[in-house]
Amino acid sequence: MSTSDMRPDDGSEAASGAYILEARNIVKLFGDLRANDDIDLSLKPGEIHALLGENGAGKSTLVKIIYGALQPTSGQVFWQGAPVTISNPAAARDLGIGMVFQHFSLFDALTVTQNIALALKGERDLKALAGRIETVSADYGLPLRPGALVADLSVGERQRIEVVRCLLQEPRLLILDEPTAVLTPQEADQLFVTLERLAGEGCAVLYISHRLEEVKRLCHDATILRLGRLVARVDPQQESAASLAKHMIGTDVAALRSGSGAATGAPLLELAGLSMPTDDPFGVALKSIDLVVRSGEVVAVAGVAGNGQSELFDAISGERTSKSADAVKLAGAPCGRESITQRRRRDAAFVPEERLGHAAIADLPLSENLVLTHHAVGNDVVRNGLINRGAARDVMARVAEHYDVRKNLTDPEASALSGGNLQKFVVGRELDRKPGILVVHQPTWGVDAGAAAFIRQSLVDMARSGSAVLMISQDLDEIFEIADRIAVISRGELSEAYPAAELSPERIGLLMAGTHEKAGRDAERGAEA
Amino acid sequence: MEALEAVILTIITASTPLLLAATGELVTERSGVLNLGVEGMMIMGAVCSFAAAYTTGSALLGILVGLYAGVATSMLFAFLTQTLMTSQVATGLSLTLLGLGLSGLIGEGFTGLPGVKLESIHIPLLTDIPFIGPILFGQDILVYVSLALIAAVSYVLFHTRIGLVINAVGNNHHSAHALGYGVIRVRYACIGFGGACSGLAGAYLALAYTPQWIENMSAGRGWIALALVVFSTWLPGRLLIGAYLFGTVWIMGLYVQGLGVGIPSQLLSSLPYLVTIVVLVVISGNRSLIRVNTPAMIGQPFAPER
Repeated sequence: MSTSDMRPDDGSEAASGAYILEARNIVKLFGDLRANDDIDLSLKPGEIHALLGENGAGKSTLVKIIYGALQPTSGQVFWQGAPVTISNPAAARDLGIGMVFQHFSLFDALTVTQNIALALKGERDLKALAGRIETVSADYGLPLRPGALVADLSVGERQRIEVVRCLLQEPRLLILDEPTAVLTPQEADQLFVTLERLAGEGCAVLYISHRLEEVKRLCHDATILRLGRLVARVDPQQESAASLAKHMIGTDVAALRSGSGAATGAPLLELAGLSMPTDDPFGVALKSIDLVVRSGEVVAVAGVAGNGQSELFDAISGERTSKSADAVKLAGAPCGRESITQRRRRDAAFVPEERLGHAAIADLPLSENLVLTHHAVGNDVVRNGLINRGAARDVMARVAEHYDVRKNLTDPEASALSGGNLQKFVVGRELDRKPGILVVHQPTWGVDAGAAAFIRQSLVDMARSGSAVLMISQDLDEIFEIADRIAVISRGELSEAYPAAELSPERIGLLMAGTHEKAGRDAERGAEA
Repeated sequence: MEALEAVILTIITASTPLLLAATGELVTERSGVLNLGVEGMMIMGAVCSFAAAYTTGSALLGILVGLYAGVATSMLFAFLTQTLMTSQVATGLSLTLLGLGLSGLIGEGFTGLPGVKLESIHIPLLTDIPFIGPILFGQDILVYVSLALIAAVSYVLFHTRIGLVINAVGNNHHSAHALGYGVIRVRYACIGFGGACSGLAGAYLALAYTPQWIENMSAGRGWIALALVVFSTWLPGRLLIGAYLFGTVWIMGLYVQGLGVGIPSQLLSSLPYLVTIVVLVVISGNRSLIRVNTPAMIGQPFAPER
């Protein structure tokens, strides 16, 4: 396809006023599902426009249509007033539409320059490109080393590559999908400065987020979707975060009841000098981690993705055993060398980050997925070495009912559940055991606000009933909502766990960037010894 | 001196088919496709090139036909795995079995017939230099082709846009698709290149190595070529070294037997496979080396969202 027949005449603008992009009556069907149902969206040059909605509201589908990755079932996209068919992402880029993906579209084993060259069709001279990358990235305050391998970069730096990649194409419209989910507060601020500058230069920005404070601060206009339909077009400056959330969800979000303040008891989970090298070049080594979680409290580990969270979870759950048994103690018993099952027998329960493929097996029914973590810890799901299917289904049904897991069949395969429902199941499965120690990683990742509130409430209730809860999360709002104490992980090192009331998001941001006083702590420990 | 010259000449002959087949597989795997059918494509190349050369009397025509036979066989694999999304491992294994069986059927009438030998080139003066001449300037055309190919592949993979796209597709096909690259198209081309190289390797066996048709004459070289690609950690330079190393081991087995050293011949002929196993074990010990260079998408089917 040639570029010229997609580029509309500049003279035909009058019909739609000054809109750079207009999508009218967009419908997209996936089978019977109306992912987009008669949606309108319009953007002016220089405007930062928020696209809001719960998971499954149809934001990603709409954006993919604008970016040419999907074709609408019906409806029409107008670019600078003229109807266009954007048949693929390359066509979108030719029009001047750039996109920064939520899950980055980068190549780990290639350099920054090579990654960017892949998006710029005509680019042959990589040396010249490297120079331009350095200039543009420094100019917009997003410094990048062109020769660095993507695998060696932090998540924040990876996002910079995507942004710079779009900037080099001199976009007229820049789309960002949940850009701050992976950033420290400081990195997010830097991104906002860049976006405001871009808007000032006349570029339109379509900003997808569910962080409402951010939207209020940054955006001039907002389109809100719910269940595939357009529910409101509002001025975010005139709304409160609560009113925006109400538009998105349709009802008010239940406020969290935390009960009386944490009355903490005996230490149930103790990490002492937990170190673990990594043999994975893209992994993070854990460096002498100390942490105590007591009965009755929720302790959160904050941090930007890729700073050792997965490794920490694996070390506590027993997916990777440590050299020293004393590095991990559950309910006082050294168990650093024990397997996951042995640790579960010590009244501990673990919910890993990835629900499909890690916490649950996609093509096994829920009852069998339940057996996988319950087989050694009572509930009678295994008797004399044989699976008791009846008991497994009963427990599964109880979990489903209590934790509101919505399913069409009595015992569907894990992959048949939506992300939020499966997350409720894998969290509920462990909570149902009423474990003394619960370790969860990203408990509400990709879960809609209603289900997320419910899961958070369950975690708090668990702690208030005497369990020790350790939550590893990248969502600062969530952490401040339920954590009693907060530690920050950065490059495999864990800060001290500070009482939540003593920390501000700014201070956490500094800790995330790795400026915690490890040396000071070491000195203190030396003095104590 | 003459004995050494003879040894070196046979090492080159033994290494060339390994190098050819492994070069093709390296490119295929760089694009994220694991084609275990190298042995099948090679033997199809061998039988078809022999038949064509025998029938027409032209070795060059035999080479061309062998190349196309390899491509045709690989396109069957490409259609099954890329268009119909079958499992690459199962399809590759069946391709090998199919190739071995089908080549036996095609070659039945050609067994025991005298073949057409691919002549070595002869450059006056240069080839006549003692020792160096025959080694450097007296090989057949396919030896030079194999060396030129690996040099070209190295250049294309690391210095051209086409190579960048191949690496990108093999590293993350979702990202490559999101950027608008035709993942399936790139993979078809790389599978086809792999087939062409395997076909050439087969043609080399049937026209230069032993100019006759013998059933199963590829004798496991396809598998060694596959192991070589892992051995090289997907780097062309190491692939070249590896191919000649394995060729040397292969030939050493024969020579040691000839000298009457008291080692059972079965043990010696299994030497290349033992070396393959040892090398794979040693290499897999260094996980970071493997992870940085391994095409991350290898063996994974890609189905674009609609």
